[in-house]
Amino acid sequence: MSEAQDYKYIGQRTIRPDGYDKVTGRANYAADLALPNMIWGKVLRSPHAHAKIKSIDTSAAEAHPDVFAVATHADIPNQRNPGALNILAKDKALYHGHAVAAVAARTEQAAEEALGLIKVDYEVLTPVMNLDDAMAPNAPLIHDQLFTNGLPEKPSKPSNVASRMEMSKGDIEAGFKEADIVIEREFRTPTVHQGYIEPHACTVRYDADGQSMIWCSTQGHFDVRGSTANMLNIEHSKLKVIASEIGGGFGGKTTVYIEPVAMILSRKSGRPVKIQMDRDEVFKGSGPASATRNKVKIGARKDGTITAMEAHLYYESGAFPGAAPLGPGCMTIFTPYDVENQYVEGFDVVVNKPKVAAYRAPGAPQSEFACEMVINELADELGIDPIDFRLKNAAKEDTQTLYGPKLKAVGLVECLEAAKSSPHYQSALEQGVGRGVAAGFWFNIGGVSSVIINMNPDGTGTVLEGSPDIGGSRASMQMMAAEELQLPIETFTTIIPDTAHLAHNDTTGGSRTTFATGMAVIEAAADVVRQFKERAAAVWNVTPEQVQWTDGVAINANGEDKMTAAEICANAGRTGGQITGRGNINARGAGPSFGVHIADIKVDRETGKADVVRYTAIQDAGKAIHPSYVEGQYQGGAAQGIGWSMNEEYIYNKDGLLENPGFLDYRIPLASDLPMIETIIVEVPNSFHPYGVRGVGETGIIPPLAACGTAVSKSIGIRMTELPLSPPRILKAIQEAS
Amino acid sequence: MSKSHITTTINGDVREFLCDPSDTLLSVLRDNLGLTGTKEGCGTGDCGACSVTVNGRLVCSCLVLGVEAEGAEIGTVEGIGSSDKLHVIQQKFLEHAALQCGICTPGLIVSTKALLEENPNPTEDEARYYLAGNLCRCTGYDKIIRAVLDSAETLRGAA
Repeated sequence: MSEAQDYKYIGQRTIRPDGYDKVTGRANYAADLALPNMIWGKVLRSPHAHAKIKSIDTSAAEAHPDVFAVATHADIPNQRNPGALNILAKDKALYHGHAVAAVAARTEQAAEEALGLIKVDYEVLTPVMNLDDAMAPNAPLIHDQLFTNGLPEKPSKPSNVASRMEMSKGDIEAGFKEADIVIEREFRTPTVHQGYIEPHACTVRYDADGQSMIWCSTQGHFDVRGSTANMLNIEHSKLKVIASEIGGGFGGKTTVYIEPVAMILSRKSGRPVKIQMDRDEVFKGSGPASATRNKVKIGARKDGTITAMEAHLYYESGAFPGAAPLGPGCMTIFTPYDVENQYVEGFDVVVNKPKVAAYRAPGAPQSEFACEMVINELADELGIDPIDFRLKNAAKEDTQTLYGPKLKAVGLVECLEAAKSSPHYQSALEQGVGRGVAAGFWFNIGGVSSVIINMNPDGTGTVLEGSPDIGGSRASMQMMAAEELQLPIETFTTIIPDTAHLAHNDTTGGSRTTFATGMAVIEAAADVVRQFKERAAAVWNVTPEQVQWTDGVAINANGEDKMTAAEICANAGRTGGQITGRGNINARGAGPSFGVHIADIKVDRETGKADVVRYTAIQDAGKAIHPSYVEGQYQGGAAQGIGWSMNEEYIYNKDGLLENPGFLDYRIPLASDLPMIETIIVEVPNSFHPYGVRGVGETGIIPPLAACGTAVSKSIGIRMTELPLSPPRILKAIQEAS
Repeated sequence: MSKSHITTTINGDVREFLCDPSDTLLSVLRDNLGLTGTKEGCGTGDCGACSVTVNGRLVCSCLVLGVEAEGAEIGTVEGIGSSDKLHVIQQKFLEHAALQCGICTPGLIVSTKALLEENPNPTEDEARYYLAGNLCRCTGYDKIIRAVLDSAETLRGAA
């Protein structure tokens, strides 16, 4: 680990600045805004998984006395927008719950009633509900003109396979020849949902002359502006998007569903329109994560050296081609291993399910699950401890990745060592408990962030940043501004203003916020420091170079003069105007974050119910700005991964209709399902960030799948290959084995 | 459909409202009375984001009708703590970083208060099972349970 650096403010466990509003119920989320004269929008959704829309008759709905507007696909001004077909279906309904029409009425109840008056003439088609059926010869086609991309030659016939990709390094054949042992297995993972507790909602006002407005819950209000503006042919300057407090996203709130619909209804009705999805609509109509089928083959020598790794990955994209996070799935799968010979082939396949959306480390949990399960089986077969086996092959600085760059300094070895010496791993296993270990890798991204720090006449500062805060990032921005300016944390208030008050910011995603927006905050703070020095220099009649900024005070190097931030700010009007710091950047050099998890699981052999009895998450944060919220990311990722492993799945009937669109039947982990989740923060600094920060948000969801998969397998003595490891599946495996 | 005129007490204040017989207490609180601290996560009683107390009993307000509020004492998150002093539970949630997005927090605060009134000294398991009706997708519950147990200890000390 790196040499310790002394920081004055970062690394503390402060009270988050938005906390008071959230524990008192004052914080305003997407569904909390009502406007004068507002009416309610509701969306009509397809009752079929796959159907031709022959006609839509909205006349009866329009005649309803309380209805102000009705919308269908034909009302979308920009018909060429590629996302428009998912906003409102055109010729075909492509999944159960696909939006088909919408109404706006005086009350929510009236809107609901009016939906029932819309007559849609459907010709029901055979649904294609999984990878096997989608790729079967003579499978029904979801899109008549979909020809597989990425094949050496354009195929002669359309299919449900949207694209194929391939990556390789070294010589895979030679690698397997060197191996003493080769294990090949196929794994399946289900369709799962991000499961944010706050349903999508928005309140929208179209204004023909001035500025239209969207209030909504989103991870990226600038992208909401971009998508909606494009669909409605509105200039960006005339559409203001306000990001409400966001009640969870996990990748699922990086796109638009209802915002353009509400804007169309508002434009037609001349009234503000509010739409809020109910939970059933969230499951049916927003984007879940890809179900997958992944085959992995790994060869190793007796001494534990891995010689070759090969994978064939099949990812469901939902009803629209290219939505599956196949690229990241292929790129991440083998990155934890410094192995010369690697080959990955991947396929993006359409099915009659909702269009897949991002979900925490999109694409990585599924592929890395398959890899890590085989790694654990190999370790068992070789008689090597699974952590030692990983240490022997672990990626480190200068490891050549399959997808391109060589790794810079990364913390996988440190995480593995921390795991090995952890109290959890050192503890003895009780009878019947299985233990699983798994590693995880996620790239993290940087991207565009725009920050302004306005210094106020009393010496306090307002940090304006454009990354909607899902997990406490306003606290870390405040701390980084304080650190850079050497002023107390309470000096700064962090605000996420609307799209009219900052230049574009990329969406909160890719674990970029604390890294990239944090860098923009640091840059803006440095800009303030520079101006502080200039102002002090002007007063002292020296050059700015002769002024030092130390412990939050300007010091004249030529004398005894000192000036505080408050004094400079109070005097700013007389020394050249008020002081604003800017940090508009495109952050490069996001450092990858590796993690290692340990799961202990006990299975009740009578019922098949599996209980996680102990769990530890270890991950490299580079530098933890606010350790409590870093731990929170590890714990939250682990809990979602545990849910994915143990219980969560979309269940469709034979007609392709979703049978469990609610929290009772799509059961995310409850407080009573989980133990405390122990955490270890490893800090191997990212050399590209001034404080060494790496994004921490996503990696934590990756290792649980194989850690839990292995722990269950060990508890029952049967190698499980399909998620979720729900009681019926485990019980069936036990019964079949006995 | 004629509306019902309801008189009720919310957080100690006498309030009146008109509602349809089919309106839930949740929609009345949020849409008629502007008490948006109570959140809707599912509308089917599965997530607990809309937890309130009715005559001291913890309920999901999405499963209670607005008309049932007649003559009742309703408690919502807005009635916990005062503007200048947070309730111990609220303070402990902040100190333990027991929230990330915060959408489940009002429901959890209301449920935790109900738990600690019933059982001032819950075990970790008792807390986990009592709060099993309050879904949180962000935290994995670890820091929430720690905040709850710490609140219990502090409140016992104060009693």
